[in-house]
Amino acid sequence: MRKCSLDSMNSVFAEIAKAATLYIPADRTDGAAVYTKWEEGVVWSNALNTVRSPKDFFFPQMENLMEFKTQGKNIEIIDTRSETEDFVVFGVRACDVKSFEILDRVFLSEPVDSYYAARRAHGVIISLACTRPSETCFCGTFGINPAEPAGDISVWKTETEVFFRSNTEKGAALMQKLEALTEECTEEAVDAQKEKISAVMKKLPLADLTTEGFGGGKTKELFDNPAWDELSQTCLGCGTCTFVCPTCQCYDIKDFNTGKGVIRYRCWDSCMYSEFTRMAHGNNRNSQKERFRQRFMHKLVYYPENNDGLFSCVGCGRCLAKCPISMNIVKVMKKIGGNNK
Amino acid sequence: MQVKEYKPLIVAFCCNWCSYAGADLAGNNRLAYPADVKIIRVPCSCRVNPMFVLRAFQRGADGVIICGCHPGDCHYTSGNYYTRRRMAALFSMLDYLGIEKERTRVEWVSAAEGAKFAATMNDFAEKVAALGENKRLEDLRCKK
Amino acid sequence: MQKITREQLIDKAVSLLENGTVEAVLGWGKGEFDYDVTPAVFKTADELKAGFVWNDFCGANFSKYLVAKTGKIEGKILVFLKPCDTYSFNQLLTEHRFDREKVYAVGIPCEGMADIAKVKAVCGEGISAINCDGEKIAVTTLYDDEPVMVDAKDVLAERCVNCKSKKHVAYDELLGEEGEVVDSARFDEVAKIEAMTPDERFAFWQNELSRCIRCNACRDACPACTCEKCVFDNPNSGVENKAPANSFEEKMFHIIRAFHVAGRCTDCGECSRVCPQNIPLHLLNRKFIKDINEFYGEYQAGAEVGSRAPLVDYTTGDIEPGEVFDRRDKNA
Repeated sequence: MRKCSLDSMNSVFAEIAKAATLYIPADRTDGAAVYTKWEEGVVWSNALNTVRSPKDFFFPQMENLMEFKTQGKNIEIIDTRSETEDFVVFGVRACDVKSFEILDRVFLSEPVDSYYAARRAHGVIISLACTRPSETCFCGTFGINPAEPAGDISVWKTETEVFFRSNTEKGAALMQKLEALTEECTEEAVDAQKEKISAVMKKLPLADLTTEGFGGGKTKELFDNPAWDELSQTCLGCGTCTFVCPTCQCYDIKDFNTGKGVIRYRCWDSCMYSEFTRMAHGNNRNSQKERFRQRFMHKLVYYPENNDGLFSCVGCGRCLAKCPISMNIVKVMKKIGGNNK
Repeated sequence: MQVKEYKPLIVAFCCNWCSYAGADLAGNNRLAYPADVKIIRVPCSCRVNPMFVLRAFQRGADGVIICGCHPGDCHYTSGNYYTRRRMAALFSMLDYLGIEKERTRVEWVSAAEGAKFAATMNDFAEKVAALGENKRLEDLRCKK
Repeated sequence: MQKITREQLIDKAVSLLENGTVEAVLGWGKGEFDYDVTPAVFKTADELKAGFVWNDFCGANFSKYLVAKTGKIEGKILVFLKPCDTYSFNQLLTEHRFDREKVYAVGIPCEGMADIAKVKAVCGEGISAINCDGEKIAVTTLYDDEPVMVDAKDVLAERCVNCKSKKHVAYDELLGEEGEVVDSARFDEVAKIEAMTPDERFAFWQNELSRCIRCNACRDACPACTCEKCVFDNPNSGVENKAPANSFEEKMFHIIRAFHVAGRCTDCGECSRVCPQNIPLHLLNRKFIKDINEFYGEYQAGAEVGSRAPLVDYTTGDIEPGEVFDRRDKNA
């Protein structure tokens, strides 16, 4: 483990930025924190987390897959890939780090999504332990410890110092570059910090929330639960929850006619939209209740069924904060889950 | 190498009953107006949905002009009155978003006003040319 | 602090349920925390007593729900309407979007709603309780021993800072006192943007709109957006897109969204309230309202049922689109 003073972080950022494009959470003009490309003058935000999740770096909201151009009777196919640059994402919270594992299981299982895989290979994740969790946090429910974030390098921040621990080869390589700026210290240096976080975690209003009643094999039991009607009755059908979610991974592939050729791109899709998974015969889910149910059944039942019991929610709390009608996964779990009261 | 002179692409929505005939008359009388004015015939100027205007810009137009019958002369009695209100609101909004106000225009041209049609187009093209290429409402995907 | 209490509203709802006037109640439902209120339909007195909330966080405008909810029931549904909600209510009636006979509207006074983001800007994350019953809002957090006292004025939602009316323009019954139309400064911010240079305006909106994630919350929450199928959802429209592909698409979506409700928008402010990216969308809608007022005379959508919206109306002497700018330059 290595450490440096909080004041010297700017030089640490500068050093990392020499090697690769660096993104850090910084405050935007409207006050919210977002990952911002670091350059001299960009200040590390004190916010708990960013409005948009770091999944954007590996699975952007929109990306061009390829282009077609017609020349006479031939169709030229152009590879438009650009995801070949190394980059570093700094300040990823434990919940969001966990989301990459969930996305990996989707995109890196056969057939491997080469666009996603390339970005994963080029990205280094520097995680950050939480200091002041919000009331909307419930990562503990999914077994995530915000005091022990994973990632290539884990970082702890105190009032005056910043501690680094590399967890992977990629992380160690990056830490080597920071050797002159940091000094060696023992693992125990962050113990007090970890304990402080654990104490706060116990006090969180959602600390008692459990996943009991959910998981693989629960489809029949939960699908026809009458509570879905009530839960979904005022859902607006917007895509806010899915677009701020670090684990939502549905997308649509579309063609854009430029007048001179065609751009084939993919963009995030939302199961909340009426056009989601529309097929030749029409739509699978015609009511908002069915669409609403799909989202939560996917996160809490279908996904764990196919992925060794891993839930596809990390408890980051973004949907709790952003839903226009404040309907969210916690309310769903409390309503239809085992003994969550 | 000779530098190609910049010529703006103008999309002109012309109503079937007056302005399109006005454009015809301009042609019959051999009155010159820029060849880069692309005319799209519409049944009435009020057929022009605000989205048409935006999409014209998306697809590479540098200026969009809507021509219809003079107020009071609409073939459908009142279509152009609605056009007038709609486009006043739309153009004001585009200006509010910082898009150059000279890129959009509404002009009333009757079937007998071939000369006005040509003069309007010449003037409009000149004003748009002075602004240069449309950068603020462009879709780069369509420019490649 | 709201002048009317939760108990008064529950009593009213229970009595209307019990005497058979209504069979359901559209109200604000209790959340996990004291501020995350979810619109809900209540059917019994017990449900109301357990789950009905009325506090400074009941911002949601229920008018639009009437379109869907009145179709589903036999009898009447009770809806609580704050003054600004009544304008949307009238506008929807003007457009024949729901059956007035199936609604029992109770007007309730509103002292302005709080914006939780503004509360958090003062108190930080980790709110464990909020009490709005006193003169000031008391916010208890996990990190402070004593509640932080916040002045309700300081955390008012944007739309309430510029409240346009405390008067109810539609109701079957009114609880509490009737207010007046307020002389608000709601167009000041629009005027400020108008006074910028075109370059500044462009930069301002480019920055704001670039944040759009195209979640459609602004559209879906809007009481004026009630098309069965939105042009942006229709694959045959040629403009359907699920992502803000580039700055053109962002502008196109927001111009058309605002244009489609121009003359019908009551300025209820739901669009800006629900935007997860804090884009001041109301400034687009207000621009249209301001223009319409200046060009065609003062018009408040929803002030009365049956009025003709300015953009589906005309006079023979209307201002020419080209003169719009001359007039503005003259006024400047």
